[in-house]
Amino acid sequence: MKNNFLSFVKKESLHILRDRRTMLIVVLIPIVLMVLFGFAISTEVNDIKVAAVAPDRTDGVRDAVERLARNDYFTFCGYTDNRSIDALLRSGKTDAVVVFAADFDRRMQSAASGLPSSPAIQLILDASNVNTAGAATAYLQGVLLGAESQQSLFETRMLFNPQMKSAFNFVPGIMGLIFILVCAMMTSVSIVREKEVGTMEVLLVSPVRPFKIIFAKMIPYFAISCCVLILILLLARYLLGVPMSGGVAGIFSLSLLYLVLSLSLGLLVSTIARTQVAALLISAMVMMMPILMLSGMLFPIENLPKFFQTVSLLVPTRWYIDAVRKMMIQGASVVEVWQDCVILFCMTALVLGVSLKKFNDKLE
Amino acid sequence: MNAIDIQSLSKRFGRVQALDAVSFSVGKGELFGLIGPDGAGKTTLFRLLTTLLTPNSGTASVDGFDIVNDYLSIRSRVGYMPGRFSLYPDLTVEENLDFFAALFGVRARESYDLVAPIYKQIEPFRKRRAGKLSGGMKQKLALSCALIHRPSVLFLDEPTTGVDAVSRSEFWDMLASLQQKGITILVSTPYMDEASRCDRIALCNEGHILGIDTPNDIVRRFDAPLYAVRASNMYALLSAARRIEGVAECYPFGEVHHLVTDRGFDPSRFLGQLNELDDLSIEPVVPTIEDIFIKWMKR
Repeated sequence: MKNNFLSFVKKESLHILRDRRTMLIVVLIPIVLMVLFGFAISTEVNDIKVAAVAPDRTDGVRDAVERLARNDYFTFCGYTDNRSIDALLRSGKTDAVVVFAADFDRRMQSAASGLPSSPAIQLILDASNVNTAGAATAYLQGVLLGAESQQSLFETRMLFNPQMKSAFNFVPGIMGLIFILVCAMMTSVSIVREKEVGTMEVLLVSPVRPFKIIFAKMIPYFAISCCVLILILLLARYLLGVPMSGGVAGIFSLSLLYLVLSLSLGLLVSTIARTQVAALLISAMVMMMPILMLSGMLFPIENLPKFFQTVSLLVPTRWYIDAVRKMMIQGASVVEVWQDCVILFCMTALVLGVSLKKFNDKLE
Repeated sequence: MNAIDIQSLSKRFGRVQALDAVSFSVGKGELFGLIGPDGAGKTTLFRLLTTLLTPNSGTASVDGFDIVNDYLSIRSRVGYMPGRFSLYPDLTVEENLDFFAALFGVRARESYDLVAPIYKQIEPFRKRRAGKLSGGMKQKLALSCALIHRPSVLFLDEPTTGVDAVSRSEFWDMLASLQQKGITILVSTPYMDEASRCDRIALCNEGHILGIDTPNDIVRRFDAPLYAVRASNMYALLSAARRIEGVAECYPFGEVHHLVTDRGFDPSRFLGQLNELDDLSIEPVVPTIEDIFIKWMKR
C-alpha cells in the first residue's frame, strides 16, 4: 500500500512536468515580480527636478544651489523667476521650486545666532504624488540646511534600512503572495480538474483513502514551492541585497509552514469549487484581494480603517509578512516572532483540518 | 447469492427523482444490460452501486456487501468505467495502466492474463499519450484499467457511446470473453441493438424499470400485431394512419413507420382507407426491443 502512495506522487509529478506552460509560469512569476517590485516599482524618490528662484545670487545662495546640484537625488534645472513657478510645476518640467529670500544671507545668519527671523527659504512642490512630495521635502530640507543645520533639534537615524530601499519592504510581501498563487491556486485547480474530467470518480472507487490522494497531490506542489522559495531567497539576497539578518534558516522554516498553509487553502478551495474556472476565480478573487489589500503588503495595516484592521487579523499572509519582515530586515530571530509563528501554525491546523473533513469520499 | 441485489432503491437530487424504487438482481457471472435513453437514471444507479452516492431509501448489495455500510469493501472488489473517458490524457497508455494497478495495490503483470486480450490491441501504442488515442482505443485502455485488479463485478456505464460500429462490436466480444472468466458485468447502453448481446436486460426510463427479461423473451412480451408501413409522403402517412380505426400506435422507426394495431386489424382495409397516399405499402414485422420499449414507455 505504501507502493501506491509513491505511484500517486509520481503520477502527480508527471502531470506537472508535462504541463510545460504552467511550469514556466510558476517559475517566471516570482522572478518577474521580484524584479518588478525590486527595481521598477519603488516608493523611493529619485531624480527630483528642482528649479530655484533667487532675486539676489549671493554666495550663500550659490553654495546652497551647488549642494543641491551635486546631490544624486536631485537634478538642478536652473534659475527661474517668480511668475514662471506655477507654469513650470504644472508642465512637469520641475517637481519642486526653491525660493530664496532676497536677504537670504542675513536671515540665515540671524537664524544661526538664535535671533527670531522670518523664513529664508520657501519650498514649492508638486504634491500630485503625495509620496514623492513628502520625501522630496525631507531631502530638500536636509540638503539646503547643510552646514547651517548644526543647531537642528533632531538627529534622525534610520535603522535596518537606512537608505529606505523599498525592495526590502516588498520582498516579504511578494513571498506572501507568490506562495498563495503557486500552492493554493495550483493544488485547487489540479484537484478540481480530476473532478471535472471524471478521474476522481475512478479514484474514489478504489481502496485508496481520500487523505492519501490529497497528500500525494500536495507533495509535488510542495517540492516546486520549495524550489521557488529558494529562488526567491537567492534573488532577494544577491540581486536586491536584502540583508536577511535574522538568519536564513528561520526565514526558510517559517516559509515552509506558510507553504503548508497555502496548500491547505488550495485544498479547501477544491472542496468548494466544482469547476477549474471556479477554483481559479475563488483563488484569485477571494484570496488575492485580501492579501493585496489587507496583509500590509502594499498599505500599512495601521492606515486601514478600524473595521479592515480587524478583518486583516484573519488574513494569514499578514502574519507571515510581518514575521518575514522582522527576520529579513530587522534581524529578529524566529524566537522573537513566536507570536506570528503560533498564529500561522494554528491557522494551518484549522484550515487543513476543515478541508480534510470537508473532502468527501463520495460524489455529494 | 447474487452478485448484485437491489431492493426498492431510490435517489433524489433536489426535486428530480433520478431513481424511483428500483429493484432487481444480477446473478453471478451474468452479463446484465441496462437499456434506456439519457435521463433514465442509469448513471445514478451505477454511482449508487459503486458507492459514490448514498441512496435516499432502499438497500442494495454488491458481491454480498451493503452499499452503505460496507462501501469500502465494495470499492476494492469492483471495476468501474464511468461514462466519460476518465483516464489521464497527459499520461501514456503504459503509465495509466501502471497507475491504476498501483491504485489497487497490484502489479500490472499479475493480471496480465485477464487484461492481455484487450491490452494487446493497444500495446503497440503504449508510449502514446492516452489523450491522443482514438475513441475505440481509449475505451480498450479504460477497460484494461478497470480490470487490472481482477474485480469480481464490473460496472460499465455507456462504454460504447461515441465509439464506431466496428469497435462497438469488438467491445461486446471482449465482454463475452470476460464473462467466461466468471466476472459479473453490469453494462448500460442507449443503443437498443446492443441489448441482444446481454444475458438479461432491464429497460429503464425516467428512474423506473419498465421490465426485465432475456433479450429474446422480452420481445415476446409484445402482445399486439405490428406492421411496417411506408409511403412517399411519410409525414402525411404518420398523421393519417393515427386516425384510422384499429390503429393503437404509429411512430417513426428508421425509414418506416411502425404500426401497432388492435387484434383483428385488416391490412388491406387500411390500404383502402389511405388510397390518397402514393406508394403506400404495409407488411407485418417482428417486434424489436425498441418496439417493446416504446410500448412500455407509454404505459
